[in-house]
Formats: sequence, C-alpha cells, structure tokens
Amino acid sequence: MSERDAILAGLRAARPLMQALAPVPDFTVVEEKRWDPRERLERLRRGMTAVKTEFLEAGPEDWPQVVVDFVLRERLPNLLFGPHTTEGRALAAAWPAQGPRLEPYDRPVETFKRELFEGMAAGFTTTLGGIAETGGLLLAPGPMEPRLLSLVPPVHLALLRAERIFDTLFQAFQELGWNREPPANALVISGPSKTADIEQTLAYGVHGPKRLVVILV
Amino acid sequence: MSAEMEIDFLASSTRALADPQLRRNFRRAMDGLMAKRAAMFPDPAEWTRLRALGAAIRAKNLLKLPELLERLEKNLTKNGITVHWASTTAQASQKVLELLEARGAKAVVKGKSMVSEEMGLNHFLEAHGIESLESDLGEYIIQLDGEMPSHIIMPAIHKNKDQIARTFSQKIKDAKYTEEVDELTAMARAVLRQKFLDADAGLSGVNFAVADTGTLCLVENEGNGRMSTHVPPLHIALMGLEKVVERMEEVAPLYSLLTRSATGQAISTYFNLISGPRGGGEQDGPREVHLVILDNGRSRIYQDEELRATLACIRCGACMNHCPVYTRIGGHAYEAVYPGPIGSILTPQVAGVGLRHELPHASSLCGACAEVCPVAIPITHLLIRLRREASHRLSGSTVLGAGEARSKLEDLVWSVWGWVLGHPAAYRFSSWCATRFWRLLPANAPVLKAWTLSRNKPRAAGRSLQERARGRGLPHV
Amino acid sequence: MREVYFYATCLVDLFFPDAGMAGIELLQSAGVRVIFPRGQTCCGQPAFNCGYWEQARAVALSQLALFPRDLPVVLPSGSCAGMMKVHYPELFLGQPQEAEAKALAGRVFELTQFLVDQLDLKLEDLGEPVRVTLHASCHAQRDQGVLDQPKALLRQLANVDLVPLARERECCGFGGIFAVREPGLSEAMARDKTEDARASGAALVLSTDGGCLMNIGGTLEKQGFGPTTMHIAQFLRERTRVR
Repeated sequence: MSERDAILAGLRAARPLMQALAPVPDFTVVEEKRWDPRERLERLRRGMTAVKTEFLEAGPEDWPQVVVDFVLRERLPNLLFGPHTTEGRALAAAWPAQGPRLEPYDRPVETFKRELFEGMAAGFTTTLGGIAETGGLLLAPGPMEPRLLSLVPPVHLALLRAERIFDTLFQAFQELGWNREPPANALVISGPSKTADIEQTLAYGVHGPKRLVVILV
Repeated sequence: MSAEMEIDFLASSTRALADPQLRRNFRRAMDGLMAKRAAMFPDPAEWTRLRALGAAIRAKNLLKLPELLERLEKNLTKNGITVHWASTTAQASQKVLELLEARGAKAVVKGKSMVSEEMGLNHFLEAHGIESLESDLGEYIIQLDGEMPSHIIMPAIHKNKDQIARTFSQKIKDAKYTEEVDELTAMARAVLRQKFLDADAGLSGVNFAVADTGTLCLVENEGNGRMSTHVPPLHIALMGLEKVVERMEEVAPLYSLLTRSATGQAISTYFNLISGPRGGGEQDGPREVHLVILDNGRSRIYQDEELRATLACIRCGACMNHCPVYTRIGGHAYEAVYPGPIGSILTPQVAGVGLRHELPHASSLCGACAEVCPVAIPITHLLIRLRREASHRLSGSTVLGAGEARSKLEDLVWSVWGWVLGHPAAYRFSSWCATRFWRLLPANAPVLKAWTLSRNKPRAAGRSLQERARGRGLPHV
Repeated sequence: MREVYFYATCLVDLFFPDAGMAGIELLQSAGVRVIFPRGQTCCGQPAFNCGYWEQARAVALSQLALFPRDLPVVLPSGSCAGMMKVHYPELFLGQPQEAEAKALAGRVFELTQFLVDQLDLKLEDLGEPVRVTLHASCHAQRDQGVLDQPKALLRQLANVDLVPLARERECCGFGGIFAVREPGLSEAMARDKTEDARASGAALVLSTDGGCLMNIGGTLEKQGFGPTTMHIAQFLRERTRVR
C-alpha cells in the first residue's frame, strides 16, 4: 500500500463523521463590505501609503509620459517591461530615443538572469485591479508580463486603473474568475518588501522591490 | 528533533525565567504584537462574525479532509504540479532528497516552512552534502547561529540587535559590525540575492492549498518566498495534510484572519497563488513544482472528534502572543517545534502525551489563547482533555501514549480529595481541622512548600463560612 | 420576595468567610432571601482541571443535588461560577444528569454579575476616600464575561477612586493546582501582577476571586510592601454598611 493510500485510509478510518452537523460558513461579514468608487480609491491609497507605496497620478492618455518622467527624474538607467501588452506598446511609443533604455522581457530568463538581477533598475507591469478594503494590487504574471518583472528589479512601477478597484479580496476573486480558474501565478502586492524580524523594527527593501510606485489612472 | 534528546521542561523553563534579556525581549515583543492585533479587530461584532466564518470553514473542511486531499491531488496534477505523500518526517525528507539528487541539486534556498522544521530538513540535507539556506530574514539569522525558531511567525524574536550585529559580522564574509537595522537588512539582501540567483531548487511551505482549483497559497512580506518559488528551476512545497481548503472563496476570509491575527497587518506585502509551473509561453517560473504532503501524526489526531480541532490551526501565532507563560519563557523552553498553546496541544499528540505531559500542564488555563484564536480552537478545553489522556487510559482513546504519565500518587491524592469532598460530613470535619489547626501546618510541608517559596502561607479563618451561616440561622431550603 | 441559593466555594468557606458573609448581606440588603444549602463542599474544579474527571464528577454530583428549586445560584467566585456554568455541562455530557447540569448552568451567577445584572443594586458610599484597583479573574472575564459589573459597583461609591490596572486581562498566575505544580511560572506571573498593582497607585487590590486574592495577596505580603488585598464583596459591604 502506498503512503498515499495508507494516509487516506487512516483518515477514513475515523469514526463516522456527522456530516449533517457540518457548520455552514456565513460569508455575509465579507460580502457586505462595499464602498462607492471614491471611497474605494481613498481606502486603497490609505492602506498602501501606510506601507510606503508611492502614488503618481496620471490620465488615461498621458500615463506613459508620467512613467518616462519618473524614470528620468529618478535617473534610472533602464526599465524592464512586457512589450506585447497594449500598455507595453503605448509605453514604447512614448519612450524617448536617447537616455534610459526600455528593456523588453520577452525571452526566457535563463538567457539574461545575471543581467536581470544585477543590471535592471526598475520593472513596469500592468495590474488587473486593486483591493479597497486593505489596499493591494492584483496581478497575473504570465507570458505577457513574466513573474520576476515585479519582483527582481528594486523598483516596481505598476499601472492601476481606478475603476478596477474591487471592494475586497473576496470580491476580486469572484470578479476575476479566480474562484474557478486562477492563472498559473496569481498575485496580490500591497507595497515594497519589508521585514520586522530585527527587534520588530520595520525595514523596507528586503528581497523584493525596495519601492512600489503605483501609476494611478 | 530527535527523540533521544533529553527533554527537561522544568530546567529549560527555569533557565528562561531567570534570563532578564529573554524576559524583556519577549515582554516587549508580545505586548507589541497584542496591541497590533487589537488594533486590527476594533469592532467586536466584526471579529465575532469573521471568526465564526473562519471556524466554520476550517471545521467543514476538516470533516471532508480525505475527499479534499484527493481532489487537491487531482487538480494539482492537472495543473502540472506533482504530489507526493509522506507518513513520517523521515519519508518526507527522503522524498525531498530524491527530488534534489535526481536533478543534481547542490544548493537550495528555503522560504519559511514550519513543516520543514518538523522534518529537521536543513540538517538532513546538509548531512547529504546539499546546502539548504534559509532566506526569510528571521530564519536566516537563527540559521547562522544554529538555533531553532522561538516563534512560529517571528523566528528570531528572542534576539537583540547587538546579537544579530555580532552574528552577521562574524558569520557573513566581509561584513562589518553595525547595529543599524537598514544596514543589517541590506547585508542579508545582498547575500541572499546571490543565492536566489544560483540556487538549484527552492523550498517553501504552504499557507493554504485549494482543492477545487489546485492552488498553493503563500503569504509573505519579504519577497523571499516569491524568489524561492519563482527563480530556481525546481520548486518543492511542503505542507501538513490539514492545510487544505475546499474552495478559493474560502481563502480570502482565512487570509484576512491570518494576517490580522499574526502580525496585526490588514494584508501582507505579497500573497502568492501558485497553480502551476512555468506554463506555455511563460518566460520564467520553475520548470517543475512538487508538493510533499506530510502526515506525521495528523491522521491520528484526526481520529478523535474533539481533538481534531487541533488541526484547524492556520498557524497565526496569536495564541502564543497572548500566552502569559510563553511571554515569560519564550519558544525554546518548550523544547518543541511548535511552542506556546498550539504547541502544548499539538506536540503531545504527535510525540506522545505521556512523554510530553508537562506541556498541557504548563498552563494556568487562563483562556487568553482560546479568546484570540481566529478559528475558535477550544485550546483550554483540549489542554484539559490531554491532561486527562496523559494520566488515564480512556476506553476508545486514539491518543498516542495515553495513560503513560499515570501517577499512583496523583491517583491517590484525587481519590482522597474526591472522597472527602463527596461526603459533606467528611468535608466539614476536614474544614474544622483546617480552620483550627492551620497555624500548625509548617510552611515547608509538601505542596504548601511550593506555594510559600514566593508567597506568605494563606490564613485559614477561625470559623468557616458554613459554620457562621449555621450560627446566623440562615435558611437552608 | 426574590430567593437565591448562595454557594460558598471552598476557598471562601475556609479562607475568606468574611467575604462570603458580606456577599450574603449584600444580597439580603437588596431584599433577597438567601438560602445557604447544607452539604456544600467544592465545585470540583481542581480535579476537573487536572483531568481527573471521575473524581470531579462524583463531587459535582453531590453538589448538583443541593439546588433542587429553580432559583438562581450565586457564587462569590468567577472561577467556581464558571465551573458550574461552562464545565458542568461538559462533565455530565452523556451522563444521566446531563439535563440537570444544563439546567443548573443556566441559572448560575457570579456575585457581582447578579448584583448588577439581576438586582441593579444601588450603593451609597459611607467610607473614607480610598484608591483601589480591580483584578477580575480570568474565569470571571472569559467564562462569565464579568468585568464591567464589579467596576460598575465600584463606580457607584463616591469616595472610591478606581484606578486602572495595567494588563488587567493577564492571568495572575494562580490557576489552582498550576501554582504548586509550576511554581516558577506561577511566581513570575504573580510577581509581574504585584508590580502592576504597585504601579497603579492603589492602596487596595480588589478581586472577584479568592484564588487570585490568595495568590496576589500572599505575594505582596511576602514582598513586604505595596497595596493590601480584599475580596470585592467584603469591600462593598464595609463601604456601605450603616454602623
């Protein structure tokens, strides 16, 4: 008998379980959390600013320029991005001919791992939305925007459209279809990486990005 | 942890109590964590309802555990994640070793995993020539010092800045001595960044595993979890079999309860939901993802309908944060992988209640733990149950080591107690003796001696209340 | 006329009879006929807590029989009240007395809880100004939900300055048998509690529970400095009794 069969048999040997008495979870405490769009945005900003997330406001047409201006202002030598998204193409179109390099992440990581870790100053991703209750961004890294794009470079720039802010994580899971079929990697990010392991003193920029900058459209 | 290791809770707790730095560190840390948690649950009504939801989700899922594990395996496999099962920690370690050796892995990075501590995995891998480096900052610190975690969420909570500074300056190549938190953090970041880059495999724990969708959910703040699970070509996840939940929608409330109860955060920095290895078209991510499901005594705990609640635990650590005993002795004194109240009910059931009977007794039953448990585990009730199991062989009991801590002396004490107090006339006689002759009882008499070490001998009254009530002519019907 | 049963509890019976009598008199002052059944011994908690349920059940059985009429049972102890209210139904689960234990549990009250929630007792302070602090036991707070009631009674007393006790929800370290089984742990908790008591600035530490009183009071006395301790029933009675 395999370990698997032994373990399952062991569990099934438990005295007859009283299925009829299984408690019915009541989700209303989560479901009833709703806010209007303005409150949602406010809550998200408040929650994320409290953990050192930065916000840059932009319009639906000029956000690429806001990104460019940020990169120039911060003197970042490069910006890694996913070139095949609509937003990626818009960013590339607005990118200046001279100065910082806009680097496409469209080849296997094995081909440029060292450069990614040691040479990339910032990464740009889109998001699927945000979470109002606690703050947070929802991402689904995949072929268009690889997983390490929002993790390895020390600065992460994330595009968030205000109308895609959900009330709660619970609601986001529902609306995005993650309850039925989540992507191979689904992600919630609320701020730059941090730790309080040394005398409970907060320190930012541990293994993940040191800065999270939200381009708010 | 080897079974041969001498466990002397009295010695380890006495040592801890006498350590002023330990007392100070834990007091400060626990006070901080309690305050943070309280700030996250300002509304008693919301707490009550959310906790009821969490408890119901866990209870419902535990009732269906075998079915959910099968469904989880089916859906993980469908997603390209290979599932392995291990009854014992030795089997689990062996399985991990096989997976690593098959791919010629020599260096592994680890995200936080308490299950791996159960397995003693780091030592095991080192003994087989594989470097296993902790990447969570707290775990990294204690690994450098060769210590076990003293708390399940904040493993280095017992250490001061100067101790960490000393460790880093001594153990990290070319490191200078600094007590600046940002500088220490930057040192660890630099070391580990290289390790993430070069590692052949990444190990992680699992906070929740969703049966319906075949998803592994990981909660973290530092980013080392994502690094460990996305950078190396191989990802091995380790999980206790009780961590499975049925539906994705159940994850959100449990996640909220977890972060708020553990560290007083509304949300962690990252919530990483893995439903497959590098997929078609993806440029990064691991080529292979494996899950090792560990039993290690859990299926035995599962046999008992009352004790099964032990398995509802989502490993938030709130119980130990609020425990007056844990606050005063810290995690190491428990000489167990899981300390504090959850450790005091889990460890005896896994290691044997006779062997570890001192753990359920190391509690004043104040109930602070049960009060804050986000999934409503009746911890004090289970402590009493395990005390009972330790000293009695109850018919039908499935508890490991039941009755092995039976003491003839204690049996006698309670039999006499029961007889005297079960016979009102005997009680009245004893109380007459007590009130008249109490003065004569020396302060260092057995039992009383333990009391008078730090307290004055209590004063028995001249006449008991019963005598006075009778004297007063109070009605008795 | 309202009637209640009064259950002494073994610690009050032997070590704090003045407090017990004070509790009875407080009830009587509110016009209640207090019945003191004969044959009281112990609620059985010590054996119950240690896992010796057969012995605890035998003792509890003898005590169950003391309250035949459907009247409230009032106890000057949050801990023992908790035992009867929360744990008797557990102890008698599946036993012939299960229904009786549940019925009893429904009418058990800690003294201050009864005075406030059931009698809405009004008190007039006849004493000199004094600063006090309150330690409500873990069982009183967590099993019985009692913390506001003793405070409410104290706040009625005009000359009593009730000051907060730091970490008021933290255990004092008594825990019954725990105090002698794990003396090091118990002592550490008691010592911290006495430091908090001193820091509060109170001259007197009050409690709803005799065990906590013995523990905190005994520790303070051995230390030789700091507030004195008293059962809240005794304090309330002394402050309000016309001499």
